[in-house]
Amino acid sequence: MSDIIAIDHLHKSFGSVKAVQDLSFRVKEGELFAFLGINGAGKSTTIHILCGQLSKDSGNVTICGTNIDEDADRIKRSIGVVFQNSVLDRDLSVRENLASRAALYGIFGKDFRIRLEELSRLLNFQDLLGRPVGKLSGGQRRRIDIARALLHKPRILILDEPTTGLDPQTRSTLWRVIGDLRKTDNMTVFLTTHYMEEAADADYVVILDHGQIAAEGTPLMLKNTYTGDYITLYSQSEAQVQKLGVPYEPIRDAFRVSVPNTATATELILEYPEVFRDYEITKGKMDDVFLAVTGKALTGGAEA
Amino acid sequence: MTGLGALIQRNTKLYFKDKGMFFTSLITPVILLVLYATFLANVYESSFRSALEAAGATVSDKVIWGCVGGQLVSSLLAVSSVTVAFCTNLLMVQDKITGARQDLTIAPVKSGTLALSYYLSSVVSTLLICFTTAGICMIYLGCVGWFLTAGDVAALLLDVVLLALFGTALSSCINFPLTTSGQASAVGTIVSAGYGFLCGAYMPISSFSEGLQKVISCLPGSYGTSLLRNHALRGVFAEMERMGFPPVVVEAIRDSVDCNLYFFGNKVSLRAMYLVLVSSIVLFLILYVAMNIRSGRKKK
Repeated sequence: MSDIIAIDHLHKSFGSVKAVQDLSFRVKEGELFAFLGINGAGKSTTIHILCGQLSKDSGNVTICGTNIDEDADRIKRSIGVVFQNSVLDRDLSVRENLASRAALYGIFGKDFRIRLEELSRLLNFQDLLGRPVGKLSGGQRRRIDIARALLHKPRILILDEPTTGLDPQTRSTLWRVIGDLRKTDNMTVFLTTHYMEEAADADYVVILDHGQIAAEGTPLMLKNTYTGDYITLYSQSEAQVQKLGVPYEPIRDAFRVSVPNTATATELILEYPEVFRDYEITKGKMDDVFLAVTGKALTGGAEA
Repeated sequence: MTGLGALIQRNTKLYFKDKGMFFTSLITPVILLVLYATFLANVYESSFRSALEAAGATVSDKVIWGCVGGQLVSSLLAVSSVTVAFCTNLLMVQDKITGARQDLTIAPVKSGTLALSYYLSSVVSTLLICFTTAGICMIYLGCVGWFLTAGDVAALLLDVVLLALFGTALSSCINFPLTTSGQASAVGTIVSAGYGFLCGAYMPISSFSEGLQKVISCLPGSYGTSLLRNHALRGVFAEMERMGFPPVVVEAIRDSVDCNLYFFGNKVSLRAMYLVLVSSIVLFLILYVAMNIRSGRKKK
């Protein structure tokens, strides 16, 4: 897979505040890339620079093989953005909104009608086309935001906390559509989110803290590096669990044993087979990774 | 210029669909209508009548009301062309507040195209309202006393177009740096409240003190009002002269209703008024372009 986004030594300051400091990372074509960090970590600044809406102080940004300093317009044609809050015109209908935005990419008349038909079927909003955006529910509006971002068939879809405040059904629809697009169009998805279960499905994760990369890797690498494994032991007495000589905690109908890694779990199983009759081993979660890396927890919309 | 037409269409639709913005822009013309309906019309009617009677002339009601009507119509069109332009152009601020501008600039649209779209859509919306107002004004003049020729009507419409272009260019420069709804409503309120006085729509400039008259003569908008006055009242004055009114009386009335404007004592010709108005449109447009270029460079 080739690099579709390459960022090297990116710096950006606002007065004395260093929003982004020496940021370097790669995004491979077709992958789901998760960009995590608490509010103020530098995520939005980086996204605004990627979209050409904010200048950088120094560093290089290359998107789809084009340097952002050389041809920002070409890059804009490759990027679709779903903003954190809907930025469509509330007084205009869904069709009017999408028509006015499509025209900015040179999509008019028959081409627009065909694209609108495709998107309204894909995101199931055929019955909303004549309604003002301001009168739609949060979930309906989100689907229109995504349609707007996909109007020009971008190679990269930037999702800035796309599911915050959405009901589970809409979140599931959104991820199904994005999953389908990744498969059919090999679209790259650049995601910022506060929901760690969404980041767990990413191909690659970068965790930002104070404008710098605090950790990066695949979810598995991060879990292996920053968290341990958990063994849940069922139908055992506390005395038996204590024999293992590792930290544990009682839960409703079992004991949860913490081990540093899977190899240690295997050693314990081999050494005390009589304790491991009914058990399951789970990896640490992305929440644990985030907490270990930044010392802060993300709780669906805000840091805690 | 990709998407310029679509952006103009979007901006115009947004203005007419946003009832708050639409009705706010009509506040000044409504104030003026209320002023005329309650007392100004009667004040002007009695002052014209007494001035003419003092000069020994007998006047028909049609001529008097044609004169009062011409003044109302020219005032109404003078304030509408500028205050409506200011309010329609507030969309550029509203787009910053709602984040819509971010969504527009995420597309490969040039900042110049976006700036031009705000200007042109504002001109379109202003002209739609002002031409409708002009139509209603013509009907009103037809009822109270019609003395206009086709040439006068065409000249009135040209004045409206020029004032709309002027108001939009001026508001583009003033609204450009605004970023909050507080700033936008402050500008809207100041313009709505103040422009009617400054351009001589509420009260003739000739009724102000000499110092204030000199200050106002430096403001290009007052020449727009004077052009409208000249074209709305030309027929009435021609009728007065045809009826044998002394030219000095007619000239005195022309002075009193701002058909004649004086720049530090020198009478300004109609040609010079057009020149001032057109030059100020060009100047404000150049300033607006420069502001956009500077803002674009700052971003880079």
